[in-house]
Amino acid sequence: MTPIVSYQNVTKTYGDLEVLKDIDFNIYPGEKVALIGPSGSGKTTLARLLMTLEEPDSGIIEVENKNLWQEEVGGELVKAKEKHLREMRKSIGMVFQHFYLFPHMTVLKNVMEAPMTVLGLSKKKARQQAEEMLEKVGLSDKLDVYPAQLSGGQKQRVAIARALVMKPNIMLFDEPTSALDPELVGEVLDVIKEIAFESDMTMLLITHEMDFAKEIADRVAFFNEGIIAEQGDPEELFNNPKTPRLQSFLSRFNS
Amino acid sequence: MWNWDYAFSILPQILSALKITISATFVGFILALFLGLIFSVLVRSDIKIVSLAVRGIIQFIRNTPLLVQLYFIFYVFPKIGISLKPFTAGVLGVGIHYSTYLSEVFRSGIEAVPAGQWEVAKALNFSHIQAWIKIILPQVIPPIIPVIGNYLITMFKETPLLSAITLVEILQTAKILGAGSFRYLEGFTIVGIIFFLLSYPSSQLIKKLEVRLGAKN
Repeated sequence: MTPIVSYQNVTKTYGDLEVLKDIDFNIYPGEKVALIGPSGSGKTTLARLLMTLEEPDSGIIEVENKNLWQEEVGGELVKAKEKHLREMRKSIGMVFQHFYLFPHMTVLKNVMEAPMTVLGLSKKKARQQAEEMLEKVGLSDKLDVYPAQLSGGQKQRVAIARALVMKPNIMLFDEPTSALDPELVGEVLDVIKEIAFESDMTMLLITHEMDFAKEIADRVAFFNEGIIAEQGDPEELFNNPKTPRLQSFLSRFNS
Repeated sequence: MWNWDYAFSILPQILSALKITISATFVGFILALFLGLIFSVLVRSDIKIVSLAVRGIIQFIRNTPLLVQLYFIFYVFPKIGISLKPFTAGVLGVGIHYSTYLSEVFRSGIEAVPAGQWEVAKALNFSHIQAWIKIILPQVIPPIIPVIGNYLITMFKETPLLSAITLVEILQTAKILGAGSFRYLEGFTIVGIIFFLLSYPSSQLIKKLEVRLGAKN
């Protein structure tokens, strides 16, 4: 099977720090992949490169068989222009750790805005789809509320609805519950689980919630210091970690 | 010393010149807003030459007196073929001068918007301009309204400077009347009072607005 996303020899450096070291990584259509690892290990950077928020220093990222960061102009491969990137972004969506809801818009408007402005949907159509999506994440009673009046868990659920309504083929979740109070984590994980179980959207989940990863991931990749130290079946990985680094990382999660 | 009859006799003339004062203020303000916004966007440009050039222009204009700039526009420009009426020259001078201050206000307002908003806009595939109009600017504007309102009042109080380039606003009117009658007390007092009566309530209104906007956040 051809991967839907493929990283080939991808390197990313910030100043002196090599955050991603010559990464080769494939994600297959419909796969739910969990990325785990300590802070600074490169997992967030991997997602940000895909979402075109950062540019790789070297290597190639392919999305649906097309080069993400480069395009062919007159037979030569050059750095992609914004038009190309916007075309590629149509397939990718992202949910951020800090939600980043639009504070000046109601919950409904937050979810309607991109379909209207970016996809050109009519107000009626956008509203309909937004309402459906918000019902899916359990927030039908909060449509006219402003983000400031929501709890963290509710905000993240709106953020998820806002990203999903754009119908991406690939969804990235960058530590979606890390900024939430513990009692609010469950409601967000439940929503993500439902999405995972009922759709064949490809999902990349960066998370510290190991039980959650075990439950929904088809594959887990353990990042450490810029490389993928170990990856494989969740059961295998969590129960029989092979590398000492993964063993010590997981030991911190066992109480 | 104070002659009430004289004072009331010159009042209509001074009040009629108030139209000039107020329209010069507003046109200058609108120019300052537009230019200020353009400057604040250009100053953040990724093209080094553009951002450096704009920054240079802003620094130069902010660090030279408005009066000198007005003299240049009104008295020196005609030498290179640009002859402007006092009102036009005045509005241009005031507008450009204050656009540099407003650009700083816009810039800090823009930088106050969390970087995450830009990233989410990208993730949802907004174009750069769409992100500006729908997401960023609506977050920039409400917090900076009080500061911008204060600049409007400041510009209003600066309009007497335009008398130096022969614009007949209220101060110049009082001066002309005084030169004719040799009575300066009533004219200048009336002008001072007019400025106070318009500026003070406006500044109080802005303080109230600031409180209201602060409470909302």
